Order: sequence, then structure tokens, then C-alpha cells
Amino acid sequence: MRLTLRVWRQPDADAPGAMVTYGIDGISEDMSFLEMLDTLNEELILKGDEPVAFDHDCREGICGACGVVINGDAHGPERTTTCQLHMRHFNDGDTIDVEPWRAGAFPVVKDLVVDRSAFDRIIGAGGYITAPTGAAPEAHATPVPKPDADFAFEHAECIGCGACVAACPNGSAMLFTSAKINHLNVLPQGAPERETRVLDMVATMDEEGFGGCTLAGECATACPKGIPLPSIAAMNKEWLRATRKVSRS
Amino acid sequence: MTRTLWGSTIGKKTIMAVSGLIMLGYLVVHMLGNLKIFFGPPEFNGYAHWLRTMGEPFLHYEWALWIVRVVLVVAVVLHAVCAYQLSRRDLAARPSKYVHKRARAGYATRTMRWGGIILALFIVWHVLDLTTGTVHSGGFQAGHPYQNVVDTFSTWYGNVIYLVAMLALGLHVQHGFWSAAQTLGAGNATRERVLKGTANLLALALTAGFIAVPVAVMTGVVS
Repeated sequence: MRLTLRVWRQPDADAPGAMVTYGIDGISEDMSFLEMLDTLNEELILKGDEPVAFDHDCREGICGACGVVINGDAHGPERTTTCQLHMRHFNDGDTIDVEPWRAGAFPVVKDLVVDRSAFDRIIGAGGYITAPTGAAPEAHATPVPKPDADFAFEHAECIGCGACVAACPNGSAMLFTSAKINHLNVLPQGAPERETRVLDMVATMDEEGFGGCTLAGECATACPKGIPLPSIAAMNKEWLRATRKVSRS
Repeated sequence: MTRTLWGSTIGKKTIMAVSGLIMLGYLVVHMLGNLKIFFGPPEFNGYAHWLRTMGEPFLHYEWALWIVRVVLVVAVVLHAVCAYQLSRRDLAARPSKYVHKRARAGYATRTMRWGGIILALFIVWHVLDLTTGTVHSGGFQAGHPYQNVVDTFSTWYGNVIYLVAMLALGLHVQHGFWSAAQTLGAGNATRERVLKGTANLLALALTAGFIAVPVAVMTGVVS
């Protein structure tokens, strides 16, 4: 395959960036999108140019590191991560635009790499349970109803890649935050911190400068793990419940 | 609790949802009342008079009407202030745009902000036209709403303003009702179809019901 790539190049956080056009040849349709970028970088290094910086780690769709916007879609045209997107979904001769996640809370570090530590701070505000560590407890000691376990697991699938924020016209982190809150709030292990978790995590989400939700639905369409849009309604319900409860006590 | 509501994006959305639902409830009653115009001047004017005597003798003349007006003004102001503050925040959260552009979200969703501005301007014109009569075409007669309505819809601009505003209203309600349900936590996977269906039905019924009046004046059914 012969392709024309238009890639966002930005030397560092403070420098202005621009789209730079590269021609690339000999791309196999079995390559992943990241392998195609590796091929481009090998050519750039041989020519003595600066390679394109992009985040990647596991390359098997479970770590959430490899987020880029491809032709306006977070992670590209397929509902998966960039590392699991294969070049067979493109045609010979295509022009492909590659851009970093765009959000005020995700500043560009270099080229396609953004700083997603705002997500870590949301998790730090309550995305955990307080429990003594040590040997794993007996699995049947705390019964969990099957529908609750399914609901928790559906949300535990979130890999924190940030595609929801990148796709949202408001740069909102509601889908990410809802996945983390719903995952823990439905389980008995998460019950002691049920109210403080949702109030603190939503407050941190607001402080980090993410936008509000206008129910555009772009986040759920972009999510490689299929976190559904009603998760946001479930979080809103938890937040309203916690607000009522905390104001009473 | 008030501080939490006002200080959070979800809290402000909650205020928008509740004030929006109050306005929506009023609009359904308003639209149904408007349809009385098809039963002739005595019934329509009589209905308008009853709105002023509603609640008597417990309430004084026009008190019920003023209570409704105060509630509506509070709802409109809260809705608009929250929308403005949240919009400012949303735009700031996406400071640099994508080079590769594509339409994000549906038409009704994308037009919420401009639609809201159109509706706010419409409300000002509508009150000045048919409540106070300040910008009314021809002689405004208090207590004769039938004739006033016919006068307004006998002008081309009266019809244009009204039709545009009612189309904006339909789009606003279609996305707004469903969004309010999500914000108040009523949405889940099984209720999705019912909520979307109700939103579509409300939007269609309101737009069609309101538009029926100017169309009737234009076609001579009401004169």
C-alpha cells in the first residue's frame, strides 16, 4: 500500500505545531496502525529527521496508551485501540490525518503524545477501595448478585485511554469518570466510600478543566471497550443521591 | 447542598433539567390552550379571561397567573445562566480544534446553544407582541386575544419569526427532554427507547400544535 500521511508535529508543549505531510510506501494491510507509524519513523531516522513521537505500550488493546485521532475519529474508523487497528481498513492511495487527543485537560507533550495525568488525579480522588492488603480473601466471603457483578465488570473494562474525552465536542471526562464510579459503587467492597467517591471524583473532574456533558453520545461511540452512554446517567443518579445524603448528615 | 449544586457541572445540569422540565410542562398546557382558537372568539377569549380568574375566590384576580409568570421567569433565568456558564466551560475545555473536521453529534444536539438563543429572543418578542402589545401590529386590544393573534399572523414577519422559533423549539425539546432524563439519572439501557420516543413525541406534538395556529390564520381557517 502507498499512503499519504498528514501528521501533527509539535516539538514540545510550548512550541506551535502543524500538520506535516509524508508519503509512505510498502505498507502491508496486515500491519497495525502503530507498525505503519514505526515504518514511517524508521524512514525518518534513516533520513536524519526527528521520528514522530507517539504513546504505545502493550500493543494488544488492554493498556490504553496508544491514543491518536485518525481522520477525526479517536482510535480511527474501527471500534478498537490504535494498536489493534489494521491497515486493511484503509485503501491504497488514501490520505490519512493523524492528530493528538485534543482537550484543554490533555496538553500536548510532543507530536502525538498528550499528558493524561488528569485521569490519574481523578482516580486518586476516590477510584479505589480502602481495604487491608495481604493475602487474597476467600472469594465467596462477600456474595455479589450476578447482575451487579456484570454491571461492575462492564465498567471495569475501561482502560483509561481518553478516547471519550478526545471524541467529546466539550472535552468532557464524564464517561471515564462514570465507568470508574459505577465499577466500584455497585459492589459491596465499594460501599463504605460510595458517597465520598462520587462527590470527590466529580469535583476533581471539574477542577481539572474537563467540559460538561451535553449528551452528544460521541464518547460511547468512540470507546474501544464499549462503555455505554447510560453509564453517565447512572453516575448522575449516584451523584444526586450522594448530594442528598451528605447534606442530611 | 445549594453550594454543591451550583459549584458542580452535574449540579448545574440538574438545575437546567428541572427548570427545563418546568418550562416543558408549561408549554404543553400553553399549546393545548392555544388550540381553543379553533372554537371561535367567544371560547378563546373566555379561556383567556379564565386564566385571570383562575384560583378565585381563594386567590385574588390574576394572582394565579402572576404566580405562573414568576415561576417561569425564575426557570428561564436559571436555565439560561447555567447554559451560559456551562457553554463557556465546554468551549474552554476544547481550546484547539481538530484539523480533520467532521460533524459531531446529531443536528438537534449541535443546535442546542443557538436554538436556545433563538428561543430566548423569541420569548421577548412574543411577550412584547401578545402580552404587553408594545410591538403589536395594528391596534392591540387587551382582553381580545383572538383578534390580536389574527393580527400578528396576518403579517409576514410575524409568521416567519413564529415558524422559525417553533422549529427551534421542537429540536430543543427533542434533545432537551432526553438529556434532562439522563441528568436526573432516569436513563438506563432498558428505558432508552421509551425516553427517546417520549422526547420525539413531545417535540412533534408541541411544534405541530403551536404551528397549527399561524397556519390556520394564513389559510383563512381562523380569521
